[in-house]
Amino acid sequence: MSVNKEKYKKLADKRAVKSPIVKNCVKAFLTGGFICLVGQLLSTLYTSLGIDADTVKMLIPVTLIFVTALLTGFGLFDKIAKHAGAGTLVPITGFANAVIAPAIDNKAEGLVLGLGAKIFIIAGPVILYGTFASALYGAVLWIVSLFG
Amino acid sequence: MEYFWAFVVGGALCVVAQILIDKTRMTPARILVSYVVAGVVLTALGLYKPIVELAGCGATVPLTGFGYSLANGVSDAVNEYGLIGALSGGLTATASGIAAAMIFAFLAALVFKSRPK
Repeated sequence: MSVNKEKYKKLADKRAVKSPIVKNCVKAFLTGGFICLVGQLLSTLYTSLGIDADTVKMLIPVTLIFVTALLTGFGLFDKIAKHAGAGTLVPITGFANAVIAPAIDNKAEGLVLGLGAKIFIIAGPVILYGTFASALYGAVLWIVSLFG
Repeated sequence: MEYFWAFVVGGALCVVAQILIDKTRMTPARILVSYVVAGVVLTALGLYKPIVELAGCGATVPLTGFGYSLANGVSDAVNEYGLIGALSGGLTATASGIAAAMIFAFLAALVFKSRPK
């Protein structure tokens, strides 16, 4: 069968892009939804233990980060993430894994410039731009308050 | 019902990121940065709070929720302390999450062996 470039591209696009993206999205939806559901269940659990709302808000991410540390350490996180894609990336688990995995993988390069520096390889930009955006918002709020 | 919306909204936020990854080849790092900044911007515009009220952890567990915490922290701190709150509020509100990630990462690095890549 002779296939010219254009035809090949069409065929390749059909096979390469279409089917995985739907499958990837379903898997991302299910795992991401599940992680958020776990968060909601933790919220109910901690509240039922009589913990106040502000503390519960802090405990949920801390718990999820702790579980991520265990899963990353045992090498299970990568296996789940390979299938889950954005489903494990977007929840706080993705941020946590981006801190924890480089810590484990780079400790051989030293405690300061290996482990110490590499934990911020992704968390650094996230914290920088998040803090920058929020500081900008704060400045705007302050200016508005001067006229309010 | 809160569990249903947590699942659906949290899942939907992940689907948006998955489409961005598959269609634009955005790296995971860029996704995370974009989500945090988007969370700050949506909160500033007053659009994210209704989502949090509907979906709870479905909106606060995804990284846009990290942006939501940063923006709310700054907003509270500016009300209380004035302009300096723009600097102190964000990281104060998110300190427990950032510290937990750093400390658990350090402990995990001590306990677990590096995996072959």
